[in-house]
Amino acid sequence: MTPDIGLILGIDGIATGSIYVLVGLGLVLIFSVTRVVFVPFGDIVAFSALTLASMQLGRMPGTVYLVATLAIIACLVEALHHLRRGQPWRIARGLLGYGLLPLIPAAIAWRIAGTNSPAWLQIPLAIALVVPIGPLIERIALRPLADASVLLLLVVSVALTFGLSGLGLLFFGPEGFRTKPLTSQIFRFGTIVVTSQTLLMVATAAVFSLLLFIFFERTLSGKALRATSVNRIGARIVGIRPANTAMLAFLLASLLGAISGILIGPTTTFYYDSGFIIGLKAFVGAIIGGLMSYPGTALGALFIGILESFASFWNSAFKEVVVFGVLIPVLLWRSLSLGQVDEEDAEIEG
Amino acid sequence: MTARAAMVLLAIAVIALLAAAPFCLSSFTITLLNYIGIYALVALGVVLLTGFGGLTSFGQAAFVGIAAYATAWLTTTQGASPWLGLLFALALTGLVAALLGAVTLRLGGHYLPLGTVAWGLSIFFLFGNLEALGRHNGIASVPPIFLGPISLESTETIYYLIWGVLIVATIAVANLLESREGRAIRSLRGGVVMVESLGINVFRIRLVTFVLAALLAGLSGWLYAHMSRFVSPTPFDLRMGIQYLFMAILGGSGHILGAVVGAGLITLLQNALQDVLPLFFRDGEQLEVIVFAVVYVLVLQFARGGVMPFVLRFVPHGKKPAITAAAPLPRRAMPAGGTPVLTVERLLKRFGGLEAVSRVGFEVRAGEIVGLIGPNGAGKSTVFNLITGALPSDDGNITFLGQNITRAGQRYIAKAGIARTFQHVKLRPSMSLIDNVLLGTYLRTRCGFLKGALRLDRAEERRARFEAATQLRRVGLAGDPYDLACNLPLGRQRILEVARALAADPALIILDEPAAGLSRPEKMALAELLRTLRQEGVTILLVEHDVEFVMGLVDRIVVMDFGSKLIEGPPAAVRADPRVQEAYLGSVA
Repeated sequence: MTPDIGLILGIDGIATGSIYVLVGLGLVLIFSVTRVVFVPFGDIVAFSALTLASMQLGRMPGTVYLVATLAIIACLVEALHHLRRGQPWRIARGLLGYGLLPLIPAAIAWRIAGTNSPAWLQIPLAIALVVPIGPLIERIALRPLADASVLLLLVVSVALTFGLSGLGLLFFGPEGFRTKPLTSQIFRFGTIVVTSQTLLMVATAAVFSLLLFIFFERTLSGKALRATSVNRIGARIVGIRPANTAMLAFLLASLLGAISGILIGPTTTFYYDSGFIIGLKAFVGAIIGGLMSYPGTALGALFIGILESFASFWNSAFKEVVVFGVLIPVLLWRSLSLGQVDEEDAEIEG
Repeated sequence: MTARAAMVLLAIAVIALLAAAPFCLSSFTITLLNYIGIYALVALGVVLLTGFGGLTSFGQAAFVGIAAYATAWLTTTQGASPWLGLLFALALTGLVAALLGAVTLRLGGHYLPLGTVAWGLSIFFLFGNLEALGRHNGIASVPPIFLGPISLESTETIYYLIWGVLIVATIAVANLLESREGRAIRSLRGGVVMVESLGINVFRIRLVTFVLAALLAGLSGWLYAHMSRFVSPTPFDLRMGIQYLFMAILGGSGHILGAVVGAGLITLLQNALQDVLPLFFRDGEQLEVIVFAVVYVLVLQFARGGVMPFVLRFVPHGKKPAITAAAPLPRRAMPAGGTPVLTVERLLKRFGGLEAVSRVGFEVRAGEIVGLIGPNGAGKSTVFNLITGALPSDDGNITFLGQNITRAGQRYIAKAGIARTFQHVKLRPSMSLIDNVLLGTYLRTRCGFLKGALRLDRAEERRARFEAATQLRRVGLAGDPYDLACNLPLGRQRILEVARALAADPALIILDEPAAGLSRPEKMALAELLRTLRQEGVTILLVEHDVEFVMGLVDRIVVMDFGSKLIEGPPAAVRADPRVQEAYLGSVA
């Protein structure tokens, strides 16, 4: 390998890694606030890329049906929940939040499907379509289990991955799509060529990481999220509602996922189930960061991106083996550095 | 007819039906039953691992795959007998599981399952890309198994092998769970501090459980390879690994038979969906995952115990056998009265900037009851945790019966002869009283995993049970020994911890607020018990807030305040000391 190739691989790895950074930050955000290891997060990334691709092809994005399905189920769950607690007057608000709000972008997308809409409309619309998926799933499947153990939540989350990939197949079909490049300029630094797509990916990841940091440091909602992740019961005592923080965490994470999908869409062909592997790779990055630290996750995710890039140069058939195999030494290192672990209650049945 | 006889008859009837099945059912149904048996074997491992051991794995399919590929490779390319293939498959599966376990099992909670997801994927990609294993095409024409001259090539003949293996494995696992090491497996769910304090090596138990579950998966993989006579990567992918976990959860991971029930339900559901869904949808076959996801989420939300608890309602409940007298377990030699048992010197523990225990020293002599008292936050429980090795000390020395135990771990200290109870009760609420106390006898008994599974541990088990029942009676919990620990009120749960500590036959017993939550007569009974123990030569160190209880019982008192020792002496002198009065009541002036 020449230094030039090394450099190209490195740049490539940083570009992919920056997407893993965004996805990894979303995963850590959800985990620290709700204790859910949200395995289906990668699917949100894939659905976002597929949504934009369908719009660019002038088709109706499958996301419309997906969001509508989830919204209807969420409304049912919400209505049942309030009825069982004898508070039927609360149903209206629930229907508004979980029914009407997610359906607004869906309705717009449905209206303009087939017309040749401009890119400045398509991208925000695709993001707005995808963002409700996270909070809707939280409402349907995870909130009823909010007090369950981490392990049980993980098992549910894996079951959701099953379901979401099935729904993806139902609404997007089995064929793969690649979105049009967002920009196509090329920069040359000596012998090194950097595409503007790469720069855009890295810059966006940096900007959103910074925004997330400011949100946590400077806003009351951000501090509420941090408080919840440090001590759930304590946060509850000072009046932070767990349902609200969970909603917010999923909303923000969903946004990060949707943006990642738009950014990575032009670089690779997406299928309905491509998200799973992306999500897991971001997970490996997050585990390097201990699933709790944002800067650690960012570094871990970048490392995974670079590792993947070099591994695919070395032997593309084995790149997945290398990327997932690296988790074993990482876990070994963590187990040696951590020493004795916490008193985690490992219960499956309630 | 007794309930036990009814159970035996039921079991015989089920086995007779299974044996008759190939003569009355279609070949297709037998194929389905074969798959159910093969899946149930893996799910049985998951039940052991997850339901009882509290460890979650999504990667069992990878172990099935390793075994299937191992035997397929050995029998096709090397022309070896499938029986040699079995040995090779189990050895390889066990080795891989031991290596992976050694890396991930020290980490608690979610790291293990996430690790299993990663290796499940890695191994799948490995199978699909290795030239020697036929890449994505797999290995074809795997030979059938021969049992002497009989070929097990047909569906109906291998059926007997599969279900025979499953029944034997189920009985072995059930035996294991009722044995000494099985109780240790069951105690893994919940915190590890209590388990280690009983001298149980948590890591070792986890590792063996993990390897056992992998071996069951390996057995299943071997059967699969020689039944389908063909292996390719797909049946061993992550999706299948997840499916195995859900079989156990759907069937009921808290019960051995949950594995068979879950494997049966999921195989039948899958079969039904494959018939029905294509009638409605273009990609019907793949859409079954949606149905499965919905079923799983609903089960986890509304019936976390799975199907088994509902089934068990219709099965007669056998009366548990009464505990019979047996030879007592060997006892340790107690130190001679008056000799020093425990010496604590200049003990120091910092939590960040706070000196929770600063230079505390005292001595406990054989046959004494010493009380450690002090206001809340004085550092009493921290001292206990330092002595028993639950926390490492920053400086100072602890000597127990002449051995320096300052740096020793919990297990070593338990073996040396210190037993303890906890300020916040640490029991296994879903285990029976007798099982909780039996955990205390762990260090006094020997039988390992194999003896337990083969039921060769019965003589020792009878002795241990008799010992546990004796201790239960002794502390005044003579009711139903098979009642669950969670049914006791908190005060009596503390007493159950005392019984567990006594079952370890300790030279020194350390009690953290044993009388909290007890009624007055119960307290008096406890004091009487502690006096009896003193007469038997057991040394006792206790923390207690009930001053009347302490004053009437102990020989000497150590008073702590703000992490330091205030004074030490006989009860009357301590009661009169102005410094003690100030610490408890504030200064007189």
